[in-house]
Amino acid sequence: MAISNYDFQPIFLTLQLAGVTVLVLLIIGIPISWWLAHTKNRFRPVFEAVVALPLVLPPTVLGFYLLILLGPDGWIGKPVESLSGSSLSFSFTGLVIASSFYSLPFVVQPLYTTFEAIGKDPLEAAWTLGASKWDTFWTVASPMALRGYITAIVLGFAHTLGEFGVVLMVGGSIPGKTKVLSIEIYDRVETLDYSHAHSLSAGLLLFSFFVLLSVYSINRRLPIRVS
Amino acid sequence: MNHLSTKIKIDLENFTLNAELDIPIHGFMVMFGRSGSGKTTFLRCLSGLERAPYGYLKIGNEIWQDESQGIFIPASERQVGYVFQDSRLFPHLNVEGNLRYGFKRRVLKNGERFFSQVIDIMDLNFLLNRYPNKLSGGEKKRVAVARAVLASPRLLLMDEPLVGLDSKLKNKILPYFQRMQSELNIPVFYVTHSLNESLQLANTMLLMDKGEIVVTGSIEDVFLSPDLGLHLGQALVGSVLDTTVARQDEEFQLTILKFKEQTLYVPRRNVALGSKLRIHIRAEDVTLAIAPIQSQTSVLNVLPAWVVTTRTSSKDNCKVEVELDIGSPLLAAITRKSLSQLNIKSGQKVYAHIKAIRMAHEYD
Repeated sequence: MAISNYDFQPIFLTLQLAGVTVLVLLIIGIPISWWLAHTKNRFRPVFEAVVALPLVLPPTVLGFYLLILLGPDGWIGKPVESLSGSSLSFSFTGLVIASSFYSLPFVVQPLYTTFEAIGKDPLEAAWTLGASKWDTFWTVASPMALRGYITAIVLGFAHTLGEFGVVLMVGGSIPGKTKVLSIEIYDRVETLDYSHAHSLSAGLLLFSFFVLLSVYSINRRLPIRVS
Repeated sequence: MNHLSTKIKIDLENFTLNAELDIPIHGFMVMFGRSGSGKTTFLRCLSGLERAPYGYLKIGNEIWQDESQGIFIPASERQVGYVFQDSRLFPHLNVEGNLRYGFKRRVLKNGERFFSQVIDIMDLNFLLNRYPNKLSGGEKKRVAVARAVLASPRLLLMDEPLVGLDSKLKNKILPYFQRMQSELNIPVFYVTHSLNESLQLANTMLLMDKGEIVVTGSIEDVFLSPDLGLHLGQALVGSVLDTTVARQDEEFQLTILKFKEQTLYVPRRNVALGSKLRIHIRAEDVTLAIAPIQSQTSVLNVLPAWVVTTRTSSKDNCKVEVELDIGSPLLAAITRKSLSQLNIKSGQKVYAHIKAIRMAHEYD
């Protein structure tokens, strides 16, 4: 049915965006968290503050600066556009970049706290047993940080699902391209289509609840605790 | 050829660690000193976990650090084992996983035979499937030692591995350490501030004080040395003797020890006949007599001895320390007045009255 097609598109787009964003965030968030947890750099508080900024900034402020940055005349937007020929703003790629900024603290914070709690002691033990730093990261630090990883993935995913302000600023609402769930809900409400708004909202609410519930249950059962 | 030569200088919070060492490495080399004297940092420098800005370290003919040439081999590439104070077992691996962690990273010939040998020595057969959070304090220590040993180190570093355990448990674990060392013949640097552990384990002793290694030598020599008194208190200076349990006297509840041709009596200890027992006789617990007055004293242990030398006490103006020969050196602290009244001379035969004999387990 045409109507249900139209209905599901924002949902798939949202899941896709959240998935890709979490992947990007893991790739850049793990090194950042690791560095923050182990650096002795005296400017560490500055970096911590920068990473945490998206937590406190209104999404519109973040979105506004990202729009300027990613726009056709922006520091990022201009070179990308001249290379690829397409604009970053109002595109899916642009959305991924924006969401990554927006959800960064939700991935970095849990990882950073876990890495810090694990500390250097088990790593030193592994080094003296002949494991290189890379080896130690995968065979000691990461298994010990399993809870942190799960929390980071879920929070990053769930938080991206619900973003609105940043998307609106950077992505607009192009169906199938940048029109995500929260925007769709907003549009429905604006057109007084409450029944659709209802089903989408309730769906998002339940989905988010069950994702969080399953994570917290899994975390409780994980045998590994930092001791 | 097992020889260690090192020179380390590193600034710490309250003092500078400035340690120099050039010794053959074998047996238990106990680093003894107060807490905060730099012992742990020294071990960390040997292991490569800490990099001293001015450092040189050579083991056998391998150079592990030479800052003048910018050489620094990281911990993971040095063949050292490290037993930490807090065990640091990996919580996500069971005992076998912990044991195999270092083992499989440093592959050996006859690996599996070595693996089961170490498990036997440390008595871990029934613990292999357990996770660290289900181990008792003593079991954790044994696993930690076995894990370090299984990484086939040329040098084992143990940093106060028994700290925090009560002395009963300590005395149960120490024999494991001794068996491990003697059966596998791995040289061990053992850091402690416990006299008990030092006396039970040490072959060589290194005294550390305010970041410097002040005395090095056999445990017997170090306890005889006036430097021991200077750095750790006069009360400890004396003789360390390795005796053999000869007989148990049930009637008087005594244990009779043989030392060379001499016999010593100590309060009854539950030890096997023929086993070795190391005793400590403090200089202050030894008095001298010119004639054999055994029948007129309550002191049980009276030994004939020959005077070797006398030296003035480092602390007490009125006292002198007399070094005697009873087959091994024995130290007696007497007053200068007695020395002159008895007219004690080198080479003279005297009788040493030993008021107290201490065994390792009597110390903390």
